[in-house]
Amino acid sequence: MSKRLSFATLAVALPLAFASPVAHAATPADTVVIAKQIDDILTLDPGEAYELSGIEIATNIYDRLLRYEAEDVTKLVGGVAESWTISPDGKVYNFKLRPNLKFQSGAPVTAEDVAFSLQRVVLMNKTPAFLFTQLGWTKDNVKDLVKATGPNALQVTITEDFAPSLVLNLMTSIVASVVEKKVAMANEVNGDLGNAWLKSHSAASGAYRLVAWKPNESVTLEANPTFRLGAPAMKRVVVRHVPEPASQRLLLEKGDIDIARDLSPDQLAPLAENKAIRIEQFPGANTWYAAMNTADEHLKNPKVREAMKYLVDYNGMVNSFLKGRFIVQESFLPLGFFSAIAYNPYKLDVAKAKALLAEAGYPNGFELKFDAPNTSPFTEIAQSMQQTMGQAGIKLNIVPSELKQVIGVYRARKHQLLLISWGPDYFDPHTNADTFAHNDDNSDTPKVRPLAWRNHWYIPDVTKDMLAAAKELDTKKRAAMYADLQRKVTDEGPFIIMFQNTAEVASRANVKGFKGGITEDLNFYRTIKK
Amino acid sequence: MSDVTLRADLGHWRGWLLDQAPGSRWQARLGRWYRAWLGFRRNGLAMTGFGVVLLLVGIAIFAPLIADREAATLQVLTQRLEPASWQHWFGTDELGRDIYARVVFGSRITLTIVALVSAIVVPVGLGIGLPAGYFGGMVDAVLMRITDIFLAFPRLVLALAFAAALGPGIENAVIAIALTTWPPYARLARAETLTRRRAEFIEAAELQGASHLRILLTQIVPLCLPSVIIRLTLDMAGIILTAAGLGFLGLGAQPPAPEWGAMVSSGRQVLLDQWWVATIPGMAIFITSVGFNLLGDGLRDVSDSRAG
Amino acid sequence: MNVAALATPSAHGWVRQIAGPVHRVLKVLFSVLLTFLGLTCVTFVIGRVIPIDPVLAIVGDKAPPDVYARVRAEIGLDLPLPVQYWRYLMKVLHGDFGNSVITSQPVLADLLHVFPATLELSLLALIIGVIFGVPIGVIAATHRGRWQDQVIRFGSLLGYSMPVFWLGLVGLLAFYAKLGWVEGPGRLDVGFDDIVPTVTGLIVVDSLIAGEHDVFVNALSHLVLPASILGYLSLAYVARMTRSFMLSQLRQEYVLAALAKGLSPFRVVWVHALGNAWVQLITVIALTFGSLLEGAVLTETVFAWPGLGLYMKNSLFNADLNAVLGGTMLVGVVYIGLNMLSDLLYPLVDPRARESS
Repeated sequence: MSKRLSFATLAVALPLAFASPVAHAATPADTVVIAKQIDDILTLDPGEAYELSGIEIATNIYDRLLRYEAEDVTKLVGGVAESWTISPDGKVYNFKLRPNLKFQSGAPVTAEDVAFSLQRVVLMNKTPAFLFTQLGWTKDNVKDLVKATGPNALQVTITEDFAPSLVLNLMTSIVASVVEKKVAMANEVNGDLGNAWLKSHSAASGAYRLVAWKPNESVTLEANPTFRLGAPAMKRVVVRHVPEPASQRLLLEKGDIDIARDLSPDQLAPLAENKAIRIEQFPGANTWYAAMNTADEHLKNPKVREAMKYLVDYNGMVNSFLKGRFIVQESFLPLGFFSAIAYNPYKLDVAKAKALLAEAGYPNGFELKFDAPNTSPFTEIAQSMQQTMGQAGIKLNIVPSELKQVIGVYRARKHQLLLISWGPDYFDPHTNADTFAHNDDNSDTPKVRPLAWRNHWYIPDVTKDMLAAAKELDTKKRAAMYADLQRKVTDEGPFIIMFQNTAEVASRANVKGFKGGITEDLNFYRTIKK
Repeated sequence: MSDVTLRADLGHWRGWLLDQAPGSRWQARLGRWYRAWLGFRRNGLAMTGFGVVLLLVGIAIFAPLIADREAATLQVLTQRLEPASWQHWFGTDELGRDIYARVVFGSRITLTIVALVSAIVVPVGLGIGLPAGYFGGMVDAVLMRITDIFLAFPRLVLALAFAAALGPGIENAVIAIALTTWPPYARLARAETLTRRRAEFIEAAELQGASHLRILLTQIVPLCLPSVIIRLTLDMAGIILTAAGLGFLGLGAQPPAPEWGAMVSSGRQVLLDQWWVATIPGMAIFITSVGFNLLGDGLRDVSDSRAG
Repeated sequence: MNVAALATPSAHGWVRQIAGPVHRVLKVLFSVLLTFLGLTCVTFVIGRVIPIDPVLAIVGDKAPPDVYARVRAEIGLDLPLPVQYWRYLMKVLHGDFGNSVITSQPVLADLLHVFPATLELSLLALIIGVIFGVPIGVIAATHRGRWQDQVIRFGSLLGYSMPVFWLGLVGLLAFYAKLGWVEGPGRLDVGFDDIVPTVTGLIVVDSLIAGEHDVFVNALSHLVLPASILGYLSLAYVARMTRSFMLSQLRQEYVLAALAKGLSPFRVVWVHALGNAWVQLITVIALTFGSLLEGAVLTETVFAWPGLGLYMKNSLFNADLNAVLGGTMLVGVVYIGLNMLSDLLYPLVDPRARESS
C-alpha cells in the first residue's frame, strides 16, 4: 500500500515543484515594450502598407517629405523638406531638402531618393497608390511630374485641380515616406523596386530601424543614432502582438510590458486606482457608423432612415460599455480635423421614430438583416442597437462575422444594415468627404467605390459640391463648404453616424512620453522616456 | 386487469420482463433492456449522470417557468457587470443582462445542438458504414477512403472551416459539427456489420430472397444500434465542448442568443474583476458535459457486463 | 481522435489478392496518397467557398478597383476552380506550398516556425499525461470497484469533460494573475526574446543547448500552465485506457500463474501485466498526441501561444488558403505518421503480435 501511495504523493508533489513562485523582472531600462494587436500588418514597405498597425510602425521608421511632428501635431512642418514654394496656379510644387540628412546606412538623403520614393508608389500601384494617382499621376507620366531638379531640390507637378492644403497634406501621408533608392534597388527582384525585400526590412532615415518583424508575434525596432531630431531615448522598441485586452492588462500589471494599447473601459476602470499605472487619452479619428443600403425597399424611404437615426442609444452606450473609448460625433468629419463640426441632431427618441415610421407606412416596423463584425465592441454596439430598434418594431437579425467578411458584403452592396468603422487616409477633410459624399456613378462597375456608392446613395449634385470644396483655395469658404456637406450627409445620408474613437493608453508609471495622434501617422515612439 | 392493483400489475410486468424463458423475441429483447436498466441503476456515478442529464432536459423544457424569458435578452446598460444578488442570482453581463436567465435558456441551445447532431450523425454513419461492411469490395474501398480523409483532418479546424464557410447560426454549427463527427460511426457500423455479416439468420434471410436493403434495415441496423447509441452518449460531451469551442471563437449562435461558449468568450474580457461572467456559463458547460460522460460511461459498463 | 480506427488494416478485396510485404507497403502508400489528395481537395473547396475574399485580405478595403483586379488575377482567382486546384497540386508536388498572405512568407517557412511551438506544448503535455496517467490507471485497475477506483475514475472523467478554453482562463486567473506562480501568455518574456539561437525550435531545449539558464527557466515557466492543463486532459484519457487494458491483463491466466508461483503481487502488476499492456497503450498515446495537436487551436488562443493551432485559425479567418492547406497537410502527415509508427512499434513491443502478423 505504501508503494502505491507514493505514486499519489508524486502526483501531488511534482506539479507543486514546477510551481515555485516566479520572480518578475521589469523590462530593460533602454527598451520599451508595447502590447498591441498587430496581426493586421501585411507588409512594412511604406509604398504598400495600408493597415493601421503597419502605418504606425512605418511612420516611426521612415521620415516623410512633410510631417506633423510630435511636438505640435497641428502644425504642418518639413520632414526631409526644409521649405517649399507653390506656383500661383497651384500646379507646381518646389521642395528644398534639408542639407546633411543621412540614411541609416550612412548615405546622404538626396532629392533623387525622394523622387524615387514617390514614383515608386505609383509604379508599384499597390493599395495606397490612389493617394497619389488622384493627383493625375500615372505609370507613364510620374517620372516627368516628380523629379529631382538638383541634389537637394525636388519638383512635383500635379495635373488635377486640388487645394494646396490638400496636396501638402498628402505629402505627410505614408506614401511620402523616403526610401533609400540604392538599397531598395540592390534588393530588387523581377522589377519589384525592392518591394519584396522592404516588406520586412527597412531602408530609412527616420527615428528607428526595423530589426525584425515576426508576423502575428512582434515587431522589433532599434534607435537610429543619426536621426535628424536626435537619437531617441529608447534604444529598442518592441511591439508585441497581444490580441486579448485582458492579457494586455495582466502583462501590464505584472510589469512584463510597459504600454498597453487596446484596453477596454472595463479593464481600464480598475486600473485607475493602481498607482503603478498611468492612463492617458488621445483623440482618435475613426468614425463608427451603421450603413443603410438604400436599394432596400424599406431603407430607400428617407423617413425610415431618419426614424432609425432616432433609434440608437448614442449616449447610453458612450456612458456605459464604451465609456472613455468613444464620443458621440454624428457628422462624418472627426473633431480635430479642419472644418469638422460637432453636429449631433439625433438622440434616442422612440416616440418620434415610431411617428416617422407610421408616416412612412410601417407602423408595425419590419425586419432587417444586420451584418456586424464579431469582435468587441462591434458585437455590443450591434446588440444595443438591436434592442433599441426593437422598441419601434424594427427587428434586427444580427449576422456576426469576421471583419473581412463584413467588408466583403459591404463592397458587394449585399447588406441591408451593416455596422463598420472608417478611418481617414490623410489629415484633410477631403479624405472623408470623398467617400461619404461621393457617388455620381451608381452603376455596378464605377471607377471608384466610395461609401455613398456602397449604399446606393446616388448624389451627383452633392458630389459636385464635394469636388468643388476640394479645389477651393480660400480656406474660410472651404470650411463653410465642408460644414454644409457634413450637415447634408448627417441629415439625409444612408449612414447612422455614431461615434468618434478615443485611444486610451495605459502605461507603467515610469514610462512617459508616448504620443498618440489623431491618425496612426501621428503615433510617436521617439518621445518615450523611462 | 382493472381489478388488479397497480403494484401487483407492476410486479406482474417485472416477472414477465425477467422471465428466464421468454415467450417471444419482443419479450426477450425488452427483458434484456430491463436487466440492463437494473444493472445501470446500481451504478451510482451513472445514475448521477443520468440525473444531471434529466435535470438539464427539465431545465430546457421548463425554462420559461424557472426564468424570465425577457431577462435573457433585456439589456439594462445601467446595471452592467453586477455581482450576484437576489434580483440577479448569477449577476449581470457586459450589457446588463441577467446571467441566470441566459444560462437557463442557453440549455435549450446546447440540447438542440446535441440532439440535431445526433440526428444527423447516426444515419450518416450507418448509411456509410453498413454498405461498406455489408457489400465489401469496391464499395467498401471507396466509402472507407472517404471516411479516412475526414478522419485525417484536424477536427476542430475542420469544424471551424465549415462553420466559417456556412456562416453564423445554430443550424450551421450543427452541420459543421456533424460533418466532423460522423466518421467514427461509419467505422463502428462497418466493424459491427463485418462481424454479423456471416451470421446464420442473415444468410437465411438472403436465401429467402430478402432484398439487401431489407436485410440491412431489418436485420443489421438493430444489431448495430446499441453500440452506436453508447458511442453517441459518450460523444455527446465532446459535441457540447466542440459547440462551445465554436461559440468561444465567435462562430455558432447569433447574438443575442445565450450560447454558453459565446458567453464565456464575452466574459473573458472582464475575468479579472467580474469573474462570474465567464465562469458561470463555463461551469454550465462543464457540468453538462460531466453529466453526459457519466451517463455514457454507465451505459458502456452495462453493455460490457452484458457482453462479458 | 481515431488513430486506432485508422490503423485497422482495411480488407479491400481487390488488394487482398496481392500478397507480400512490398505490396503491403505499396498499398499503404497508395492509401496515404489518396487520403492526401482528398484532404487537399476538401480543404481547397472549403477555402474557396468561405465567404471571405482573399484578395481583400491582401489589398485591404481601400484598394482601387484596378489594384484589386490585378491581385485577383495574380493569385489566379479568375481561373475555374478545378484549374486552380490542379495548379496548386502541381506546385505542392514541386515542394512549393506558396506564400502566406498574412505573413508574406513561404508557408513552409511559417510552418517550420510555428510547429515547434505546438510540438513543445503537446510533448510536455503528453509526458505529463503518461507519467501520471499510466500509474493512476494501474492503481485504478488494481483497486477495481473500491474508492480509489471511483475517485480516479471520476477525476479523469472531469478531465475529459472540461472545456479547455475555460480551464485555461481560470488557470491564468488563479496561477498567473492571483498567485503569480507561473508566467503568463506567450512563450517568453520580451526581455528573453531572440537570445537563444534556434536549433530545434523548442525553446526549452534550445536554451539548454545554449546554456542560457534564465531563458530556460522563463520558457519553462510560460510552458507549465498550458502544458499542465493539456496534460490533465490527456492524463484523463490515458488513465482510463490504462485501467481498462490492465483489467483485461489481470484477468489473464499468466497473472494467476505468476502469483501462484509466488512472485510478489507488485512485480506481477507493475512489471508483467503493465509490460503487456504497453502494447495497446502505445496506440493510445499516439492517439492522445494526435488529439493534442489538433486540439491546440483553443489552448493557443487562450494562451497566445504562437503555434500551429493559432496560425491555422488566423489563416482561416483571413482566407489565407495556402497557409490553411499547408497546416492541414502538416497535421495530416503527423497524424498518418503517428498511426504508421504505432503500427510499426506494435510487433516490436509484443512478440506475439509479430508472430501473428
